[in-house]
Amino acid sequence: MSPSDHPASIEVEGLVKQFKKGPRAVDGIDLRVEPGEIYGFLGPNGAGKSTTVLMLTTLLPPTAGTARVAGWDVAREGARVRESIGAALQEAALDPFLTAREHMRLQTALHGLPATERRRRGDDLIERVGLGDAADRKVGGYSGGMRRRLDLALSLVHRPRVLFLDEPTTGLDPQSRASLWQEVERLSTEDGVTVFLTTQYLEEADVLAARVGIIDDGKLVAEGTPAALKAEIGDPGLEAVPAEADRRADMARVLERFGDGECVHHERGSIGVRLRGGDTALADVVRALDAQGIAVASLQLHAPTLDDVFLAKTGRSLEGSGDGDDDARVAPEPSVEGAAA
Amino acid sequence: MSASTPVQVRAIAWRSLIRTARQPAQVVPAITFPLMLFAINAGGLDAAAGLRGFPAPDYLTFILAVPFIQAGIFAVAGVGADLARDIESGFLDRMALTPVSRTGLVSGQVAGTIALGVVQGVVFLSVGLAAGARLETGAAGALVLVALVVCIVFAFGLIGVTAAFRFGNGEAVQGLFPVLFVFLFLSTMGLPLDLLEKEWFQTVATYNPVSHMLDGIRSLFYGGWDGEALALAFAMTAGIVAVFLPLAIATLRQRVVRT
Repeated sequence: MSPSDHPASIEVEGLVKQFKKGPRAVDGIDLRVEPGEIYGFLGPNGAGKSTTVLMLTTLLPPTAGTARVAGWDVAREGARVRESIGAALQEAALDPFLTAREHMRLQTALHGLPATERRRRGDDLIERVGLGDAADRKVGGYSGGMRRRLDLALSLVHRPRVLFLDEPTTGLDPQSRASLWQEVERLSTEDGVTVFLTTQYLEEADVLAARVGIIDDGKLVAEGTPAALKAEIGDPGLEAVPAEADRRADMARVLERFGDGECVHHERGSIGVRLRGGDTALADVVRALDAQGIAVASLQLHAPTLDDVFLAKTGRSLEGSGDGDDDARVAPEPSVEGAAA
Repeated sequence: MSASTPVQVRAIAWRSLIRTARQPAQVVPAITFPLMLFAINAGGLDAAAGLRGFPAPDYLTFILAVPFIQAGIFAVAGVGADLARDIESGFLDRMALTPVSRTGLVSGQVAGTIALGVVQGVVFLSVGLAAGARLETGAAGALVLVALVVCIVFAFGLIGVTAAFRFGNGEAVQGLFPVLFVFLFLSTMGLPLDLLEKEWFQTVATYNPVSHMLDGIRSLFYGGWDGEALALAFAMTAGIVAVFLPLAIATLRQRVVRT
């Protein structure tokens, strides 16, 4: 049904949302997502992620620019867009007084599935997201992870070709997060569903997304595969903690000599810097710290992460903008731990 | 935009019914509170029936009309709170992403409250009769009474719908509750129009639509069939619908701005 001259699943040009008396929440975004691709839309709270998703899902009319989803114009062909998309928007939107099966019954009816298919489709999806045992319990008693999984299942009722997930794992424990990732990956690889995923977790974008767009202040500041974005940064990051807290400033001064910019003071007490010259400079850093008599509690070297990309592109670290969740920033590469004093 | 199919509206109504039935905190006060007020008034103000020109056979029968109006006031809070919760949780957005029409979204939502209205009507009438009231118009009158209560509940429910769409949060909707109670008290709730002493009170009560609803309900209990009183009661209810249905749809358009 969809026009064949628009092969991209999502095609956005100069998209703007200007709220009345408010900020320009989205300030001229261009992007393109291919069929079956998982696109990670990364940015801190208030960057414009959700506003973009609301426009792409037809729930908010754009102020300017165009966006086509599954070939349909979001401003002029809203009903067509809605037929083609599934969406799990921020916080699982569920009724605590209904069971999972009852949610399915409502959702399948609203989507106009034939009566004979409704029950079967609902049961299949509930099984698929692993809620079979809880299907007849009221959602009010569900855990956060169960809610998100039901939310995802509900968004799949009408077999959408494009799926929007707005911060699908915010607030979830690592296991629930991993299980949701698995499901999203399966949707993309096995069913060929295009997934547009917003997140403030770098790890999430890194693990799931084929391509990542970084949004800050309503603007897309970087875009590419996670590997390419990290390669652009090049130099590895160095993160150190002094043994004595009152030597932090001294340590920062030393590290700055080897870095290609100012030091970042992380909330957890460590000092980070992008190490000019790569791994080989590490020995020099240790010697310099030693020469100043600065004892080191821990010293880590890590390959560039998306956080480093984010820092380089926006001048800020993403970690402080989220809900203080640090494990989203665990370096995927092995690091030199505790390189002595 | 495609029109909603009966299947869609039925599904939303069915969900509204389940949701209402599973919220004892919404159902129990909506039934017990009006009955308690009824019991207090009927017991304590009995002497008013001795006033010259008092129309009802006893005060109990007179005051029995009040719970039926209170059903409407509870409907404002019930519908409004449910809808506000749907807005806050994003459930409304979820439904708005399906092919259902805007009006389908609203009409189904009120179903649970209307069902509760039927229950309230039947319970209040049964308790009233058990307490000694007489329904002069008999079984037919009982049917008309329940029908009127359903209309009142629907009309007031639309006020709740409008408030929920306008404010988008449950607290604001709950804030309407006391305002509506004042409306109820500024009517012929406690005494017939002729016996209201203060002139300003009489004026307000005369123009208060609630007074006419009360009179319509009372006409079924004593004085025999009174077409004019009933017509006025239904007309006042229709008036509320005429004002708040367009308002509800207008505020819905602001709330659900999907393209």
